[in-house]
Amino acid sequence: MTMERELDTRTAGPAREAPVSGDELVKVENLKVYFPIHSGLFQREVGHVRAVDDISFTIRRGETFGLVGESGCGKSTTGRATIRLRVPTAGTVGFDGHDLSTLKSDDLRRLRRRMQIIFQDPYSSLNPRMTVDSIISEPLETHGLGSKGSRSGRVSELLELVGLNPNYANRYPHEFSGGQRQRIGVARALAVEPEFIVCDEPISALDVSIQAQVLNLLIELREKFGLTYLFIAHDLSVVRHISDRVAVMYLGKIVEIGEPDTVYAAPGHPYTRALLSAVPIPDPKLERKRRRVILTGDVPSPANPPTGCRFHTRCWLYEKLGRPEVCTTEDPPLRVLAPEHQAACHFAEESLRSDVGVAHPEQAPQEPASIAAAPAAS
Amino acid sequence: MANRTETLPAATVEVRRSSGLWGDAFRRLRRNRLAIVGGVLVILFVFIAIFGPYLAPWPYDYQDLDAVLANGGLPLPAFSPGHFLGTDELGRDLLSRLMDGARISMTVALVVQFVVLVIGMPVGAAAAWFGGRTDSWLMRLTDVIYAYPDLLFIILLSVALKETVFGKALDGLLLVFVAIGLTSWVTMARLVRGQLLSLKETEFVEAAQAIGVPSKKIISKHLLPNALGPVIVAVTLGIPGAILAEATLAFISIGATPPRASWGSLVADGQPWLRSFPHLVIFPALAIATALISFTFLGDGLRDALDPKLKGKQ
Repeated sequence: MTMERELDTRTAGPAREAPVSGDELVKVENLKVYFPIHSGLFQREVGHVRAVDDISFTIRRGETFGLVGESGCGKSTTGRATIRLRVPTAGTVGFDGHDLSTLKSDDLRRLRRRMQIIFQDPYSSLNPRMTVDSIISEPLETHGLGSKGSRSGRVSELLELVGLNPNYANRYPHEFSGGQRQRIGVARALAVEPEFIVCDEPISALDVSIQAQVLNLLIELREKFGLTYLFIAHDLSVVRHISDRVAVMYLGKIVEIGEPDTVYAAPGHPYTRALLSAVPIPDPKLERKRRRVILTGDVPSPANPPTGCRFHTRCWLYEKLGRPEVCTTEDPPLRVLAPEHQAACHFAEESLRSDVGVAHPEQAPQEPASIAAAPAAS
Repeated sequence: MANRTETLPAATVEVRRSSGLWGDAFRRLRRNRLAIVGGVLVILFVFIAIFGPYLAPWPYDYQDLDAVLANGGLPLPAFSPGHFLGTDELGRDLLSRLMDGARISMTVALVVQFVVLVIGMPVGAAAAWFGGRTDSWLMRLTDVIYAYPDLLFIILLSVALKETVFGKALDGLLLVFVAIGLTSWVTMARLVRGQLLSLKETEFVEAAQAIGVPSKKIISKHLLPNALGPVIVAVTLGIPGAILAEATLAFISIGATPPRASWGSLVADGQPWLRSFPHLVIFPALAIATALISFTFLGDGLRDALDPKLKGKQ
């Protein structure tokens, strides 16, 4: 009942059916986020960590945009910069036509109502000194939503919406489990009825059994309110499951971008292939045939990234092709491989021809039904 | 056995009233026996400090000359009639003087920690919040003060300030207390800075920023309440140091002027009689030791009780 009322209050929620045709809600152009490195007695600046180095992408209204990559590749920084929790060093972030970097603080505050974030760590994302009720009503108070009296009703409504008992409102965060805390974080984000939510690895810190629950909750809420997500994760299968489009990041750059089916079936970047080759297949026969590429060495320092293509120091294709010079001298731009599919590799065509990292259950020939049904018969 | 199921209790709904972190901390503190002993003694000391003069058998400067002369001009030993802990060579009742000394020690605790909070908290908070250049300069300043020998600094300060308007406004004793405070705020500044720096990076602060909560409210609602626990512990654990500093200064005759006596100056006065009348040193020393230990026990208990890592344990 409360859920239906939720729906009614949202007038601008576009239909979920046609995400691809939606207009651009978030437009990131040439975004750079550098963190200064200070050193010495007077904290002079001696260099930069290039957490995000010149990336561009757009997120359409109603779409879920997945962002994957190793830890430290800048995906969380990208997520925070898109809702201006980090100030970009260069480049622009547009939100529904507004340039976030030129907005005055009052206008920005008003706009904050429309974009929210869900964090990775359900333990550090809730203030331990506040009750659940005050945590969830803080956004309501900040934006002056509802009267004092109606707020507690709204908090109960939100708790119910995320699958928690509204009677828990007077409790403190430490009285909840990780999954429950994450639901509280989701309820806080939903309190202001946002259109766009950055999900910063929202399920990575949870038990595997809880991950699916929270993921399904996020999907359910997306359908219900027509939300737009920027979904950050390092779990490839999760991103594939939830996303309409996927971008792969490496060392502060987007190396590949496209629809999940294309990217997962025919990865154009050797890094994407290496990542996919590491995903185990839940089928012993196929698993035996899986060809893995093990990336050697560490991720290079983002304070001093390699010249040319940033991946060439660890690239298997670079070795296979006999170390072509162009990889070390020229930074490859994103190239269109197919409609909606781009990769930043000089030799994307070579990569496409390889069979590394694509042996996935979806590509496997269908197993005879009798084998699958056998355990049930006994 | 047959009706085993009937003995099962009905599904119980938890009706326990939710307690906050402070409530939990208090519960944990109550379970800590040493902390309770410390707390009770602290309350006792405070009580004596407030009501001591009304409870003391004699005024602290009253000389029972008849008793001393009857004793051949020597101090009365402990458990003498009328003087439970004896008297000094001038016939002044030791118990009464100790009770009056409690006033000085508790005032030291209060004034020094007040000065520490008033200077240390804003300096630490400013360093953490503004960062950069401000942070560097403030922290270098604390380093310098930290590196200077405390006692020497206190003595210099109390001498240097004595003739100024500031020094004249405070009487001699209070000036010493303030001087002690002026040397001890650095630890508090560092603690508050460290706390706020780590809290500033937490995701709940980021969440508040994402919501658009104004900075002032972020500091007052999210940062300070979470930094309060360690600050309370530091204040409690800093009190013994302040009491000891005052006693040390009193021992070398800086601070309380006769006939008033603090515990430290009582020890100093009793020192010549150490061999013949050790009670003149033992009882003031015991008072100092007990006060230090009770504050330390209470502080330790508070630290354990307020430690968020012990959340699950009761």
